[in-house]
Amino acid sequence: MSILKHRETLLVAVIAALLALIASRFPGFVAPQNLVSVFTDTAPLMILALGQMAVILTRCIDLSVAANLALTGMVVALLNTVAPGLPVAVTILLAIGLGALMGAVNGLLVWKLEIPSIVVTLGTMTIFRGIIFLISDGQWVNAHEMSASFTGFPRLTLLGLPLLAWIAIAAIAAMALNMSRTTLGRSIFAAGSNPHAAAYTGIDVGRTQCAAFVISGALAGLTGYLWIARYAVAYVDIAGGFELDVVAACVIGGVSIAGGVGTVAGAVLGALFLGVIKNALPVVDVSPFWQLAISGAAILIAVAFNARAGRAKGRVILKSAEHAA
Amino acid sequence: MSLADPDMAPVPRNIPDRLGTPAAKILKSWEALLLLVAVAVFILNSFASPYFLDAWSLSDATFNFTEKAMIAFAMALLIISGEIDLSVASIIALASTAMGLVMEAGGGTGLIVAAGLATGLLCGAFNGVLVTRLGLPSIVVTIGTMSLFRGLSYIVLGDGAFRGYPAGLAWFGQGYVFWVITVEMVIFVLLALAFGVLLHKTNFGRQVYAIGNNPTAALFSGIRVARVKMILFLMTGLMSGLAAVCLTSRLGSTRPSIASGMELEVVTMVVLGGVSILGGSGSIPGVVIAAVLMGLVTFGLGLLNVPGIVMSIFIGCMLIGVIAVPRLAAKLRRA
Repeated sequence: MSILKHRETLLVAVIAALLALIASRFPGFVAPQNLVSVFTDTAPLMILALGQMAVILTRCIDLSVAANLALTGMVVALLNTVAPGLPVAVTILLAIGLGALMGAVNGLLVWKLEIPSIVVTLGTMTIFRGIIFLISDGQWVNAHEMSASFTGFPRLTLLGLPLLAWIAIAAIAAMALNMSRTTLGRSIFAAGSNPHAAAYTGIDVGRTQCAAFVISGALAGLTGYLWIARYAVAYVDIAGGFELDVVAACVIGGVSIAGGVGTVAGAVLGALFLGVIKNALPVVDVSPFWQLAISGAAILIAVAFNARAGRAKGRVILKSAEHAA
Repeated sequence: MSLADPDMAPVPRNIPDRLGTPAAKILKSWEALLLLVAVAVFILNSFASPYFLDAWSLSDATFNFTEKAMIAFAMALLIISGEIDLSVASIIALASTAMGLVMEAGGGTGLIVAAGLATGLLCGAFNGVLVTRLGLPSIVVTIGTMSLFRGLSYIVLGDGAFRGYPAGLAWFGQGYVFWVITVEMVIFVLLALAFGVLLHKTNFGRQVYAIGNNPTAALFSGIRVARVKMILFLMTGLMSGLAAVCLTSRLGSTRPSIASGMELEVVTMVVLGGVSILGGSGSIPGVVIAAVLMGLVTFGLGLLNVPGIVMSIFIGCMLIGVIAVPRLAAKLRRA
């Protein structure tokens, strides 16, 4: 039972078992080169899961991340067609800024007007998608319209890893540092565990939630550029439904939807779990159409586990009442 | 959405010395405001397009909301009780797929319809068991089943589709009862009455409100909270199954992407109708007016050749706006 209490250990074991199982039939899958490509392929999911984790920790949820990603991606892609000479560094800063701005819209609505986050982000999700249509006129931006430096950046390799993977690693490190070593990180945990206690210790819960949304938005913006550059195409429906994968990664990683419980390692491993499955399906010759159902089942199993692990250890006075509620 | 949240702040309440007259209460209600907006949109539409004021085009316009409203009625009760079901559109996909499978196996119209309804009921039961028996938060459970149900539909169909439903099935989504009155419209009106009576005139309805306001207090006053919630999930599933029958009948085919994104419109309809997303308050007349209003807006914009995705901007803004504007106004009044 003690191993079950450490979600991260359990997940590492499950992922290892999964890899071993696939390797027993298809040894090529665990070749270092392929593992690198699985990691790189999962990088966008990992980066988004980091932001989503911060939001869920504060008892909110951000369903607009995929739409944010798609809108930011479309904006930088259109910008690239107009100004191909723009340095990639500037593009990335713009993407992060634009994403953060959209996150701030969500955050301010949650903070200042106290609207439930699920309503806000369901709304902004459709609004962002609609705006993509308005600015692109429903047209695609294709590879030949983008400059070589724009699309090539995530693919540049450094020490054997593509830059996309390095960016994910940097994001994980930065987030780990932020969650454990900064005032903001600690107040995110505090605001989610017990908002009232947090308020009494001088933490502005609403402001902390808003900050979490800005982090989530900024990471979504960054991913927006990386996604468009990697696949070298931008259109309205890009990453459609990806927000569910992001929430799934967090839930599988042991981030509690009730807030206050979750780790950076958990979110990353949750994303990797989904990434391994997604990449393994074609290898083991299962139709990719199975993926949606598998990630749905994984969410349900994970959330059942979370509930078991997180069940209150207080003395149960009214057993039947506890059960019914 | 969590139950018995110990951190719920006690909200200070102002209890007025004297209640307003019933007439004044109705005039100041959310429903009256909605009705006013709906009438305004109706008038605007009739000026904006010469094709709007026509019995047949108005009859067509009702398809914009009838199927969604069927689910919205059950969803309203579910949200009032403090839960939510985001899997409704995926239930439609799975139910429609089941209908297709029965059709392929040679089932007649009756069997096809039964398969759609039964699948909806089963999906609702699945959600309900996970939420009430295992005590899991409904928002995560239904995000999970949203992927699972549609995923199953993709496993069956892949990139294919079911076509060639029997002519008898077309009655549900394409049939007319009399002149321009469609079958779906009749179902909509009957369901509105049934759910209105259920929520506002029965014991069960009062229990739903009680649970939404305070599940712990409801439990201690003898309400079987888990059972009521289970029934609500079953109802939402069944209504999604019914919507699947109507939609499949209207489209005449099944693809796994059928009704994608519809959960958002259903939730918007419920929230626009004045149901508090935090549970505990709301009314069926509000949802009915919200359904008609959304149908009118969609239809009006369609007549003006506004593309569907741009309409979704309006719907998104409406969803946030209806909650934000009253809160903003209250904030300004306080300042």
